[in-house]
Amino acid sequence: MNPENYLYLAALLFTLGACGVLLRRNAIVVFMCIELMLNAANLLLVTFSRMHGNLEGQIMAFFVMVVAAAEVVVGLAIIVMVYRSRHSASVDDASLMKL
Amino acid sequence: MSTLTTLAAETSTSTGEAVQFWVLAPLAVVGALCTVLLRRAVHSALCLAGTMVILALFYLANGAYFLGVVQIVVYTGAVMMLFLFVLMLVGVSATDSLKETLTGQRWLAAACGLGLGILLLSGIAQASAGSFTGLAEANADGNVHGLAALLFTRYVVAFEITGILLTIAAIGATLLTHRQRIERNKTQREQAEERVRKGTQVTPLPAPGVYARHNAVDLPGLLPDGTPSELTVNATLRARGQVREVHAEALAGVAALEEHTARYHGQRRPKRAVTAPRGAAVTGGAEEPPATQTTQAAAGEDGAGSTGDAAAASRDAEEARK
Repeated sequence: MNPENYLYLAALLFTLGACGVLLRRNAIVVFMCIELMLNAANLLLVTFSRMHGNLEGQIMAFFVMVVAAAEVVVGLAIIVMVYRSRHSASVDDASLMKL
Repeated sequence: MSTLTTLAAETSTSTGEAVQFWVLAPLAVVGALCTVLLRRAVHSALCLAGTMVILALFYLANGAYFLGVVQIVVYTGAVMMLFLFVLMLVGVSATDSLKETLTGQRWLAAACGLGLGILLLSGIAQASAGSFTGLAEANADGNVHGLAALLFTRYVVAFEITGILLTIAAIGATLLTHRQRIERNKTQREQAEERVRKGTQVTPLPAPGVYARHNAVDLPGLLPDGTPSELTVNATLRARGQVREVHAEALAGVAALEEHTARYHGQRRPKRAVTAPRGAAVTGGAEEPPATQTTQAAAGEDGAGSTGDAAAASRDAEEARK
């Protein structure tokens, strides 16, 4: 098997995540799709790391993970706040900057 | 560990890895599809967790042992649990609305996704690399050693900045979700006075355990005459309409028990039924002593809680008259 297959899989997962971001309205599901895209990018980086025989790709993937964790914390806090003021987690409802 | 290292160090993939890939890759794609397509957010979260575990296995197969473990611990352990926490806060039953705010947005989005997919896949197909190096050299001291050496020398500044980023994220999250209390907390005395002033329910609400025939909180407790009392169920469940029906068998059981007790009391202490509040006055008529009038007035206030007692007591009174 060619390790390029990992790249194809990563591309497929990234596409699915992007479709989810465009299609879904629930802010939490949109967030989960973004996580899926980040994971696909990580798989790509790890595969490249193996192909090129050095660990730089894995370091990049590690940083992506850390930044994703920080992003999730802040993003979910924002979703909770929006839900509190609007009683809805739909991205369509949050159309105004303030109530 | 040594076998693992040699496995990822090879410059061509083994049959075992090929089998692993072709078994797990479709599963990962199915998980991703379910994440996008399932309407319940909780189901999406579970599918995404499955996909992430499979990705962790792929990391391990690619010689990224540290990242594979971190993927399981951080992503499926922490991040997905955080997602589930927020889902529980926001409400599990919340589903997506199917109403389109922008007409044709769904088809446009699908077309854009398809285009992106074709672009990415053809791009990878164009840049085909026949052979690859493998991680034998890089993982010679072990994967974690290699990563640490890079992380704390060449990437040490980035590493420190990530630390600051995480701290700021934690502070930001607490700031965002913190809610300032505008009015003062009411004291117990004020709450009591307010309840008396309103006068709708002065006494505490009936406890769900009294005459309940079930442990579940969404099953109402039964009043002594066997009717289920809505007041025993939590107000939130009542508002959501999630109060469960009490089984007819349980109702019949309570009724039979009450009848038996009434008969027993009728035989043993015939004169005690006088304390009956309202129901006794209706059924008992003129032969009841005037003491019932005062008890009736006292019991008149607190609604549903006492009607059951009244019904049971009226039956007592009937027995007493015979």
